[in-house]
Amino acid sequence: MPAFWHWFVAAGTILFVIWCVWLVSWSAKQGPQNVADDDVVGHKWDGDLEEWNNPAPKWWLYLYIITIAWAVAYMIAYPGLGSWDGALGWSQQGQYEAEMQAAASRYEPIYAKFAAMDFEELSQNPDANQLGKSLYASYCTTCHGSDARGAPGFPNLTDDDWLWGNSEEALTTTLKNGRSGVMPVLAPALGGDKGIDNMVSYVQSLSGIAETDADAMSAQPTFLALCSACHNADGTGNPIFGAPNLTDDIWLYGSSDEAIRTTLVQGRNGIMPAHGQLLGDHRTKILAAYVYSLAN
Amino acid sequence: MRHEQIEKSLNLMIVLIIVAISIGGLVEIIPLMFSSDATEPAENIEPYSPLRLAGRDVYVREGCYNCHSQMIRPFRSETERYGPFTTAGETVYDRPFQFGSKRTGPDLARVGGRYSDEWQRLHLTDPRALVPESNMPGYPWLLENTVDPELVTAKLKALQWLGDPYTDDQIAGAAAAVEGRTEMDALVAYLQGLGTNRRDRR
Repeated sequence: MPAFWHWFVAAGTILFVIWCVWLVSWSAKQGPQNVADDDVVGHKWDGDLEEWNNPAPKWWLYLYIITIAWAVAYMIAYPGLGSWDGALGWSQQGQYEAEMQAAASRYEPIYAKFAAMDFEELSQNPDANQLGKSLYASYCTTCHGSDARGAPGFPNLTDDDWLWGNSEEALTTTLKNGRSGVMPVLAPALGGDKGIDNMVSYVQSLSGIAETDADAMSAQPTFLALCSACHNADGTGNPIFGAPNLTDDIWLYGSSDEAIRTTLVQGRNGIMPAHGQLLGDHRTKILAAYVYSLAN
Repeated sequence: MRHEQIEKSLNLMIVLIIVAISIGGLVEIIPLMFSSDATEPAENIEPYSPLRLAGRDVYVREGCYNCHSQMIRPFRSETERYGPFTTAGETVYDRPFQFGSKRTGPDLARVGGRYSDEWQRLHLTDPRALVPESNMPGYPWLLENTVDPELVTAKLKALQWLGDPYTDDQIAGAAAAVEGRTEMDALVAYLQGLGTNRRDRR
């Protein structure tokens, strides 16, 4: 703080306190000679209702004096007078850092103990899962749901279908760095409305929700040319690209004609945000083990 | 009794009241107006892009500040959940700042990047489709309303006049930057930028 403003604040505050002391003592009762039964201020209402000039009760006056004394003690002990740091050395930043330090020394050993455990074993540990559950509640519920069953576009974590895999490495990478699953806009390459309809039928037939008729089969060559790079020739998907398995009955964006059509026409862009910085290594592993335990 | 003098003299009472109530503002507020901590932008803080500025005005119009604060206080219970505490230099381009005073929903000061754009869009359209226990209202009309390019240009000019460092090129390109964008695009862009000036998220 520049010297001018230091003095502006310090002098302003001190002068104000002195002014309060003066005002209280100047206007307080000055001794018994001022008290008279007929000491009225001169206002009169309704003929006989008069305002008397009586002193305030003693305890009221003492309250004023106590608050002034408190102000003086406070300004000596705490920062407030310009750049004065306060006799106690307290600061908001210092209090925050002490709080963080205390929490770290209390919780870090617990996290470290769990993080050193074998992943499979960790996912079976009830204490670790209790911790994982609260981490899940803080960081994951808004997208994956408080029951971990997800929502359209946001994967269900309780089933055995994993877009990016569910090994320790796959799960921690997903949590730390996030994922970006891109389904490109493919409709223009499908040969018009009829072509899109046929592709919808073909994709539905892969998971057995539609008949494998001639219309559906007519889209197979296009599927092999355009879609198999990510979804595999047999439609079973590929966890390297986060490309869903199309042969099971789990549909991230829905399996209706309308939903699949939208996927083909508008593309999809599923993003899992990175949480590495928020969680840190130890908590990432605990959370990954908890997520693993949901489906196993 | 001397306080009789104060009570009977309106002018004296006015002077004493002015002294009593103004001294706090003088020593607490005035010095901050000249403190670089409060007036200089923090690292990586820049004036809002035209689209984000439009989004910010949607945020204000829809009253988001009634339920969401943008002020992370220096307590562990807050920084663990929301990220590093807010500093004055981060809000220098907010007129007025969106600190808020009530949290029916979570703090949004560092919500940028916490969710995908698609999540924000779906959630703003129908919050309960994604979070069944949410009590936030939906804002589906933002998908229909488009941003007015002329209005955004006028706002940028006004902010430049007030001293925000917009270049003339930025103002010239503002209309094109928001042309055809919906209010949803603008609001999502605004939200996705909140707090992303800090590299450390914890």
